[in-house]
Amino acid sequence: MRVVLAEDLYLLRQGLTRLLEIHGFTIAAAVETGPDLLAALLSERPDVAVVDVRLPPTLTDEGLQAALAARREIPGLPVLVLSQHVQQLYARELLADGTGGVGYLLKDRVFNADQFVDAVRRVAAGGTAMDPDVIGRLLQHSAGSEPLQRLSPREREVLGLMAEGCSNSAIAARLTVSDGAVAKHIANIFGKLELAPTEDANRRVLAVLAYLNGAAERPAEG
Amino acid sequence: MATTAWFGGGAARSAVGERVRVAVRAGGQAVVMTAAAGAGVVGPLLATVCAAFVAVQLFDQGPLALYVAVPGAVLAGVSSLYWFVRRGAVWTRRRVAREAGEPWGVVYSPREALEQDARGFWWTGVSYHRRAEVARLVQFVRWAVRDRQVQREGLWWVANPVGVLALLGVPMGLVWGGLVFMGTAAVDSRHFFGVENHRVNLLFSVVLGGALAVAGLLAMPWAVRAHGAFACRVLGGGPQPSRAQLTERVAHLTETRADAVDAQAAELRRIERDLHDGAQARLVSIGLTLGTIEHLMRTDQEAARELLAEAREASAKALQELRDLVRGIHPPVLAERGLPDAVRELALTAVVPTEVTVSLPGRPEAALETAVYFSVSELLANAAKHARARHAWVDVLYRAGRLRVVVTDDGHGGARMEVDGGLRGIEKRLGTFDGTISLDSPVGGPTTITMELPCALSSPRTSTSSARV
Repeated sequence: MRVVLAEDLYLLRQGLTRLLEIHGFTIAAAVETGPDLLAALLSERPDVAVVDVRLPPTLTDEGLQAALAARREIPGLPVLVLSQHVQQLYARELLADGTGGVGYLLKDRVFNADQFVDAVRRVAAGGTAMDPDVIGRLLQHSAGSEPLQRLSPREREVLGLMAEGCSNSAIAARLTVSDGAVAKHIANIFGKLELAPTEDANRRVLAVLAYLNGAAERPAEG
Repeated sequence: MATTAWFGGGAARSAVGERVRVAVRAGGQAVVMTAAAGAGVVGPLLATVCAAFVAVQLFDQGPLALYVAVPGAVLAGVSSLYWFVRRGAVWTRRRVAREAGEPWGVVYSPREALEQDARGFWWTGVSYHRRAEVARLVQFVRWAVRDRQVQREGLWWVANPVGVLALLGVPMGLVWGGLVFMGTAAVDSRHFFGVENHRVNLLFSVVLGGALAVAGLLAMPWAVRAHGAFACRVLGGGPQPSRAQLTERVAHLTETRADAVDAQAAELRRIERDLHDGAQARLVSIGLTLGTIEHLMRTDQEAARELLAEAREASAKALQELRDLVRGIHPPVLAERGLPDAVRELALTAVVPTEVTVSLPGRPEAALETAVYFSVSELLANAAKHARARHAWVDVLYRAGRLRVVVTDDGHGGARMEVDGGLRGIEKRLGTFDGTISLDSPVGGPTTITMELPCALSSPRTSTSSARV
């Protein structure tokens, strides 16, 4: 699996390269700046890009902008964005086109190498990998919306994990329940939130994220 | 002018001429002030006597004369006294303000408007009167007696003659005495040192009298200034800054405030960036390395051990970076020991051997200490980097409410205030505290940079020493 890596700090670039290589990825290009990243993405067409938000020359959200620009050129180009701080706004911009193949994680998530690599693979496969921080805040913000209040605590847990982009089996593993139980929970959640049921896991996640984004924008009455 | 001819050279003549002109002008003022103070005392008395005399004459010393003369004299005396009190104060204020070049604002207590009640009576605030004129007069008298400022003016009417005698009397006496001594030498028979020669006596008289007169004349401006200060003390207040000066001050404050805000914002940005790219990134990379190690433990123990050493090194570096950042925000030694020891610490760590002399009987406010500390730090770095100095000196002195820091180096000089150079940055930093920086750096050195800041000190603690480092 070919990866384009964008990280301006040498230490982290080396660390990420090493981590990805020992997990069997190939680094197609490792770049340091926003313009270089955009060029690399368009010429290399990698299976997945791992991108730091803040890149030279401006040291603002150059990495995010380059990733979004590349996705406008190549719809659905898988991009996993890493940052020292997660911002709801950036998460929303990444999810805006609704095509999936995006991830947005705190850099700390790379400490758990297995989960990080899993996230990279998931994004490469067109899924999503949203940081628990982002999802947690989304859920907090939309907690006031009436349909969400109808969920049981367990269902809310499942919803959170699903929004992060976990597959059914991953959710089952995290909550130590059977796959069947997870499927039932998910069916219930979709029923309560009045979302159209779909078999495609990625579509399902995107629907949930879109729903939560909308719910967060419509705060509770009173 | 013939009189200035023997003063010699042009520059010297103009300086001496200027002094003479100032002294003569002050002498003229002194004469006028004396006359005014005298008139203030004599005027009301004269008015009283005149009024009484006129009344007595008019009524031909008849039985009514006394009944008219006494109230008339009192009325004339009091009203003229009031006039002289007010005029004297106004005139004094105007003179002092003109000397200072700043207006002397004065505030009297307000006089309320008269109120008429339903019956047509006028209410002054304390009493009713049928006629508005009477009510107005009563109110006015009451106001004049009770007003703080008018009371002070009354006090000035008494104090002014005393002040004139005490302050202006001495130099005026010297001038007159000297002139009279000179003038009477021709007709007087004096002996100096028992010499019976008329010409010698004349010469000595002229020299002695002239010396007295010149001394009196030179003391005159000082006496006039002292009299002005005395007037400020008695009348209260004094010349205030003009509107133009206040406008300029506001402009200056606006500018320095903007600088301070910019500096603050830049500082915060720098701290954020240092953390983001420094310690934070290092910690992430340590986490990354540890994750990799976990993976390698199963497959390649040797590589894992190498990575462990790397992770330990990275953690030490992250700690070091945090420490440097803290030092850049607020040096611990400054927090713990204050400016003198912080500057000594700077000298100990400076590239150039530096000698520090501190005379600071207390601690300035913390923000100012920090500004001075970083300024000195930057100047010492400049001395090493740009001037290639072999030796530097830092003097921190506090005198008359001002902190003066002088940084000198024996480098090759030629430093200039660039538009956005380091020195300009220091100037902005100090500007927040109304501080100034001046630079003397001839090509070939030495460079002397003087920073001055007005400041108050707290917690008297003497710290005077010199350390050779």
